[in-house]
Amino acid sequence: MSDYEVVIGLEVHAELSTKTKIFCSCPTSFGSEPNTQVCPVCMGMPGTLPVLNEKVVEYAVKAGLATNCGISKDSKNDRKNYFYPDTPRAYQITQDDKPLCENGYIEIDTNEGKKKVRILRIHIEDDAGKLNHDELRGGSLVDLNRAGVPLIEIVSEPDLRSAKEVEEYLRKLKSILEYIEVSDCKMEEGSLRADVNVSVRKIGTKEFGTRTEMKNMNSFRSIVRAIEYESNRQIEVLENGGKIYQETLRWDEVSGKTFSMRNKEDAQDYRYFPEPDLVAIKLSDEYIENIKNNLPELPESRKQRYLEECKLSEKDANIISSSKYLADLFEQASKICNNYKAVNNWIISDISRILNEKEMEPKDIPFTSKELANLVILIDKGTISSSIGKKVLDELFENPRNPEEIIKEKGWIQISDEKAIKEIVLNILEANPQSIADFKAGKDRALGFLVGQAMKQTKGKANPKMLNEMFLEELKNR
Amino acid sequence: MKVSKEEILHIANLANLEINENEIDKYCKNLEEILDFADIVNKAPVEEMNITIGANQEKNVFRKDEIEVFEDNEMLMQNAPAKSRNMFEIPKVL
Amino acid sequence: MDITNLTVHELMEKLQNKDLTSTEITKAYINKIDKKEEDVKAFVTLLKEEALKQAEQIDKKRENKEIESNVAGIPIGIKDNICTKGVKTTCSSHMLENFISPYDATVMEKINNENLINLGKLNMDEFAMGGSTEYSYFKKTSNPWNLNKVPGGSSGGSAAAVASNMVPWALGSDTGGSIRQPASFCGVVGLKPTYGLVSRYGLVAFASSLDQIGPITKDVEDSAILLNLITGHDKKDSTSANIEKKDYTLNLKNNIKGKKIGVPKEFLGEGINKEVKENIEKAIERYKNLGAEIVDISLDIANYSLATYYIIACAEASSNLGRFDGIRYGYRTKEFKDLKDLYKKSRSEGFGEEVKRRIILGTYVLSSGYYDAYYKKAQQVRTLVMKEFKKAFDKCDVILTPTAPTVAFDIGSKTNNPLEMYLADIYTVSVNVAGLPGISIPCGVDKEGMPIGMQLIGNKFEEDKILNLAYAFEQDMKFREKYKPEFKK
Repeated sequence: MSDYEVVIGLEVHAELSTKTKIFCSCPTSFGSEPNTQVCPVCMGMPGTLPVLNEKVVEYAVKAGLATNCGISKDSKNDRKNYFYPDTPRAYQITQDDKPLCENGYIEIDTNEGKKKVRILRIHIEDDAGKLNHDELRGGSLVDLNRAGVPLIEIVSEPDLRSAKEVEEYLRKLKSILEYIEVSDCKMEEGSLRADVNVSVRKIGTKEFGTRTEMKNMNSFRSIVRAIEYESNRQIEVLENGGKIYQETLRWDEVSGKTFSMRNKEDAQDYRYFPEPDLVAIKLSDEYIENIKNNLPELPESRKQRYLEECKLSEKDANIISSSKYLADLFEQASKICNNYKAVNNWIISDISRILNEKEMEPKDIPFTSKELANLVILIDKGTISSSIGKKVLDELFENPRNPEEIIKEKGWIQISDEKAIKEIVLNILEANPQSIADFKAGKDRALGFLVGQAMKQTKGKANPKMLNEMFLEELKNR
Repeated sequence: MKVSKEEILHIANLANLEINENEIDKYCKNLEEILDFADIVNKAPVEEMNITIGANQEKNVFRKDEIEVFEDNEMLMQNAPAKSRNMFEIPKVL
Repeated sequence: MDITNLTVHELMEKLQNKDLTSTEITKAYINKIDKKEEDVKAFVTLLKEEALKQAEQIDKKRENKEIESNVAGIPIGIKDNICTKGVKTTCSSHMLENFISPYDATVMEKINNENLINLGKLNMDEFAMGGSTEYSYFKKTSNPWNLNKVPGGSSGGSAAAVASNMVPWALGSDTGGSIRQPASFCGVVGLKPTYGLVSRYGLVAFASSLDQIGPITKDVEDSAILLNLITGHDKKDSTSANIEKKDYTLNLKNNIKGKKIGVPKEFLGEGINKEVKENIEKAIERYKNLGAEIVDISLDIANYSLATYYIIACAEASSNLGRFDGIRYGYRTKEFKDLKDLYKKSRSEGFGEEVKRRIILGTYVLSSGYYDAYYKKAQQVRTLVMKEFKKAFDKCDVILTPTAPTVAFDIGSKTNNPLEMYLADIYTVSVNVAGLPGISIPCGVDKEGMPIGMQLIGNKFEEDKILNLAYAFEQDMKFREKYKPEFKK
């Protein structure tokens, strides 16, 4: 088995976050009642014509520049003809031989170091509608709200060699698209999905093996599982003297297997030809330069900054820079509270943990960078302890508002009044004579126990530093 | 240009048209005649010539990304041969 | 006085002078329809009651000075492939027999804004594919000059309705001659504008890169007036030309001294009917007498153009007509076992033979293995055709040719030979391939009294030039005073 290598290429479809569809002025928002975000154009009514949304071109060029592509100055749209009920005109308007962006790459981190994954092309096209199952009558029902939502298709070269590399590539791509704000990349809503091409070959062979394609995969987990399953299946077939057929497979999440979808009767011939209802796209140098100059800082550059300027660990810098939302949170909060180390710690430990537990994406974080910064400031000032800080963070996730308001409301303000602390310390000492004896006998642990008891009694509100000092002083005097 | 029966049936299938057995010969003959005539394009002095997609030579015709809601939503559904829950009804597909 | 015999510019004068009301005009046309439609069969949908109601409203508004325009309240007929909101748009196809458009074509918005009155939707070859209107699913329209003959096509209903005075003017569409050839066969004026001058939004597409909407009228002045009403940049049509609007009535002058008319000898050679040729030669003489300069030019592209036209038009049509699948609108077969069956049966039962033939031809030329030999070559030839025209226009202002090689032929005489039908488009298709404006005006009749049309081709967006030369000829020849349709049976 191990003398095989897996070869994977991806066609990633990302829905662009424009306000309107690619060829008409209908809104693109997700989750409306069926066939309410439609008009004669996206319904493919007779006589209607497409008009290209300028933002779609701009976003695609942005994506191209952010992935090191060359931008084509002479581009056009083409029709891809096929019948399917989710495609109301019976053709998709896409780009065939003159895509907007070509020949780029993305760098990913692998066990063997950095690796360039080449991008063959990025082109624009329209999304299809959705087919729903009709529970009542057993048929299917067509909803065209999504028909005409703009997509970019990012086609990689077959440079990926493992499921892990694929995951790394997708995470990187997703983070870039989020950074440049062209797609919200919500995989669960299908706004980022991938067609995965898999083949295997004996290590050392030059020719690629025959590939199979799994379409419309929309979770990292299923992509990784599907690649692992499919590559093993192919190796097994070859080892048993069988042959791989070039075909489209369906990945079944439940059984964890791929199935052939082949219908021989329907051999496809898309009959691409230039879309006569649209005119050429000829972008000027100025146009491209302007977009280039306005590109936001990309993850790789931010990571370098975090390593050099903030001295974050490689791991922390990776985590924070991988998401624009985390990176922005980190930078903005640090700027306000002037304590990037604390902000970093909050993000890496507690915030990441809560996101994980709640299965949330960083962009779903409900509180602002200012609120996080204020939390850090409250701890730094000694107004609350860090253990109260954790409770404040929980509260920020539940019902985000200013941390000061939270601690006031909840009565979590730290007790730092010397008289009050002294009273607590004396109380605890009185109740624990054994601990005093232990301490005197040289058992330092006894101090920790006493402080713990005091914290427990005050529900964590007592200033731990003052407690410590005061216990020491009292113990010395006894 | 000879057009075979299989070819006609393949093309008709691509176009989702049915051709009856007794029409096949006629379609083949029509298509052959027309293709023979159309073949003259291959004799035109157009080596190296650019293609022309449309008579309009304009470029970069774009729309602003501004929402306009189509008001007569009901009229969009009124021509549907079969519908249910404001969706178009079709035979079951995977 | 027969109101329906008046041109629109005459009607406008009568409206202005309050000699006539819109209601009187509309009633006169309805009466004419009641008399002639039975013989001519030009309409798919008639809107008599709606039209009368609208006419009354417009008269009231005019009385109250809410409407100033003199064109308001004039009826019009619309080819049935132009979408009219709330009124059936059938494309003369079984497929769209009951289709009601949810929106108005841009030209209809303009027509409605001008308060023109839509008298009805006019018959055509199914989806505008044909040259005789015999391929309508509903009825065969007759030529008003001789009811046994075709009116031409595909805008046969529009041309026949204008020629028989059932509408004062009409809109047609022209993909390869579909306005000019029926205008020629019916002895009226048909103008195909420059590609992009009139918005295609709402014109049910046959061949997107060739289609244009244009006027079919009784005379050249009406043509200019209607063109004024329907032109203008449209944001809904990416191929719509973003140019300044012209007033096409300004250049209608009799003086054409020194204007250069190019006559390509290749268009008067093989295959042309003798009487057509004689009349074209007479027309050339008339122009000489009017002071125009006749320039011999060479334009050896007719056959290339025709082949290119059929390849491109059918290729685009095969794609444009994919949307008729029985799901969102249009005909759906009664019984089907699965989706593929639903598609195949709905389309095969919903489309007529000629439409299917062209879809198959178009699918064939786009399919893998043939694309380069046909479609790509055709697009290169398109470049050649444009270049040749450009060269020609270096030598002349307009180009004069026959509109069609023959006069109107007998109903049923060509339907069995598709290629022969296609060859009849030889003089008109080059204009669409190059995206140029072309007008057909009557220039005589043959021995049987059937009208003969002459075509004037202009350079891009030079409609004013061809209208000027057409106008001068018309004023001199006085065709409408000399010849009238006789509804021969």
